Amino acid sequence: MYTIEKSNEIADKIFEIWVDAPHVARNAQAGQFVIIRIDETGERIPLTISRARGDLVRIVFMAVGKTTHALAAIKPGGNIADIVGPLGHPSEVKSWGTCVIVGGGAGISSTPCIAEALKKAGNKVIGIIGARNAGMLIFEDEMREICDELHVTTDDGSKGRHGFAADVLKETVADQKIDAVWIIGPAIMMKITSMATRDKGIKTFVSLNPIMVDGTGMCGSCRCQVAGKTVFACVDGPEFDAHEVDFDLLMQRQRYYMEQEKEAIALWNQHGCSCAEGK
Amino acid sequence: MGDRPAEVRIHDFLEVDTGFSPEEAIAEANRCLQCKKPACVDGCPVNINIPVFIAEIAEGNFANAAVSIKTQNMLPAICGRVCPQETQCEILCILGNKDKPIRIGQLERFAADEERRTGIKPQDKKPSTGKRVAVIGSGPAGITAAGELAREGHSVVMYESLHLPGGVLTYGIPAFRLPKDVVNAELDQVLKLGVEVKLNHFVGKSVSLSELLTYDAVMLGTGAGLPYFMNIPGEHLNGVYSANEFLTRVNLMHADQFPRFDTPIAKASRVVVVGGGNVAMDAARTARRMGAKVTLVYRRRSEDLPARLAEIHHAEEEGIEFITCANPTRILGEQVVTGVECVRMQMCELDASGRPAAKPIDGDTFTLDCDVVIQAIGQGPNPVLVREIEGIERGRAGNVIADGDGKTSHPKIFAAGDVTTGAATVILAMGGAKKAAQSICSYLTSK
Ligand SMILES: Cc1cc2nc3c(=O)[nH]c(=O)nc-3n(C[C@H](O)[C@H](O)[C@H](O)COP(=O)(O)OP(=O)(O)OC[C@H]3O[C@@H](n4cnc5c(N)ncnc54)[C@H](O)[C@@H]3O)c2cc1C
Ligand SMILES: Cc1cc2nc3c(=O)[nH]c(=O)nc-3n(C[C@H](O)[C@H](O)[C@H](O)COP(=O)(O)OP(=O)(O)OC[C@H]3O[C@@H](n4cnc5c(N)ncnc54)[C@H](O)[C@@H]3O)c2cc1C
Ligand code: SF4
Ligand code: FES
Repeated sequence: MYTIEKSNEIADKIFEIWVDAPHVARNAQAGQFVIIRIDETGERIPLTISRARGDLVRIVFMAVGKTTHALAAIKPGGNIADIVGPLGHPSEVKSWGTCVIVGGGAGISSTPCIAEALKKAGNKVIGIIGARNAGMLIFEDEMREICDELHVTTDDGSKGRHGFAADVLKETVADQKIDAVWIIGPAIMMKITSMATRDKGIKTFVSLNPIMVDGTGMCGSCRCQVAGKTVFACVDGPEFDAHEVDFDLLMQRQRYYMEQEKEAIALWNQHGCSCAEGK
Repeated sequence: MGDRPAEVRIHDFLEVDTGFSPEEAIAEANRCLQCKKPACVDGCPVNINIPVFIAEIAEGNFANAAVSIKTQNMLPAICGRVCPQETQCEILCILGNKDKPIRIGQLERFAADEERRTGIKPQDKKPSTGKRVAVIGSGPAGITAAGELAREGHSVVMYESLHLPGGVLTYGIPAFRLPKDVVNAELDQVLKLGVEVKLNHFVGKSVSLSELLTYDAVMLGTGAGLPYFMNIPGEHLNGVYSANEFLTRVNLMHADQFPRFDTPIAKASRVVVVGGGNVAMDAARTARRMGAKVTLVYRRRSEDLPARLAEIHHAEEEGIEFITCANPTRILGEQVVTGVECVRMQMCELDASGRPAAKPIDGDTFTLDCDVVIQAIGQGPNPVLVREIEGIERGRAGNVIADGDGKTSHPKIFAAGDVTTGAATVILAMGGAKKAAQSICSYLTSK
């Protein structure tokens, strides 16, 4: 059992929790993730490590389906059954020069950690964070503190610039020499946004989020196509060269259990807790 | 003794083979000739004193039989169920020449089941040596090494990346062949020797290499968990599973009980399984129990199927259709699988493995309609930790090279099981682990 020390709704439907998991916290690096399981009947789901402090690991997630709703409902002091990690390769942190980090939606959660690591490695760091609206924007303050420059966008114009992160990225790479870019967010956002750096041949990383089970390279559920080759995102990634990723395949594979996901959330909504009767 | 009827058992995951009754066990044990030079023992990779435990059963001393087995094999209820006895001890039994060999596996299982039913005596262990050993992986190799080392008085920490221990015994082999309470009971006995288990620890990630090497010795039992794919078109379509994924979803995550359990799995009405080994049989029979019509496609002849005979037979009884001398060339569908295109194979002269080589017959193709394809064409050694250990010698398939005693090229690191051999068997993993544990003991005392 692992205790949830803190839990907050930090934006509309986006939650932050701090889990007491020393085995994960002590080796966690930027770009890595964990797999959690809430209870005996729960599913294993992957979530990015947003920060690690002492024995605690911060996870930030959007309540989209059964498991993330159930996770959001756990009060501080409550438990989850399992957390394994850190998993995957850390981000390629080195002295690149000038780096841009783009976060979309809940994907913004992993940007402070990467930005901080890059900053420490001596890079100039430009942040671009975008959300659907002001109510869904997270970590603006944290990012502003770390980054040399921060741009904020919202799809509806309710905060920062009206538009998409991709627009700002396009302008940024047109204006100055950029050496490396990270884009983290929903698959469709990563696909579109990474087009902004393709022509210029700027090294661009995306963090892929296929459906996983074990997260240790054992099942092949997370397989993706990168540069025409099959890779397992959990152990070969999760970060890959954006310009080599087959995003359409990623999105196709993400949709496979849509029907069951609907069924699970409907049951959850009916009952609203994870006790036995609800199952 | 016998198998539950096929039409009943395809609706559940309860054990197929119900085992011997006490009367049957005693009768079978009484057939044993108690050979002075028992050939059967030579066939046992962990050297169980077979005639001795059989004599105890014949006398009705079931508990003594179990104790006798456990001096050599700490997992008898598991081995009695999944070992390929027919090609190990039983094939060498002298009675096989005229009559039927003694059913050694069934007797082993019987003794262990009786002991579990009547209460298990804790095992002895030596006083503490003060030495610390890390065991990586909690499959048959890890659990055996941990048990042996704990009995010798070493302090053992066993690391497992999944949320449950047992390796393939837990996530791979289905409950209808190996009930999970059997696995848990035997694991428990080993853990009662004082082995500390750390679940959810992926070594190499949760535990750094340098931290690992602070132990006095390390035993690698990380198995062969890397699934192979055929690299044919359509493999990334939704509905194409590795056998590992399919079996893990069902056995570890209970996806067959969705939505009571949260993990989903495809609701398939027609499944094609590719392969012919134990893993393929398990995947096929699991899919059958989930209500699908199942076809198994194997590239060689039926007499070449590498699975255990009993499992092939069980699969046939359960209505699984076998298509032999055929191989998939393409998986059809848009986004989701709709079928598999196969080519017929012709059998030629024997290949290097002594089996007839299978070659495709150009143009002789056919299509099977289905909504799920399960590839059970083999697994390789789990590379994740191993590839990070500097200076450890590895073979071409990515396996760790260990000598007959489980020593690797790294003085502190020992290895056994599928990570050294590639996908093999429970008992070979256990045999290797016992040797590795002995080597670790002599290494620790010589230090
Ligand atoms: C490496 C990695 C890191 C991730 N980090 C974050 C994060 O920091 N914050 C966050 O909000 N989300 C993250 N995700 C996505 C997150 O795992 C899914 O949102 C979550 O599994 C949804 O579960 P659910 O039961 O609530 O929703 P469901 O209703 O089951 O699914 C909603 C969507 O999530 C995806 N999904 C479902 N099950 C899984 C699974 N087992 N593994 C992966 N994806 C799945 C599917 O695309 C699905 O459409 C990450 C995914 C990966 C692979
Ligand atoms: C479906 C199936 C059916 C089978 N049927 C039979 C049968 O009937 N009879 C038979 O004799 N054999 C059978 N086998 C083969 C047999 O199960 C294996 O040979 C045996 O389990 C190998 O044992 P092992 O301990 O080496 O590895 P495994 O059982 O694979 O255990 C390895 C463990 O290590 C863990 N691990 C890996 N890397 C790490 C890490 N870095 N940190 C922490 N933990 C890690 C894994 O999660 C796993 O739990 C079958 C195999 C499968 C897949
Ligand atoms: S070879 Fe057969 S008959 Fe002889 S001791 Fe072994 S089991 Fe008994
Ligand atoms: S999640 Fe199973 S191999 Fe990546």
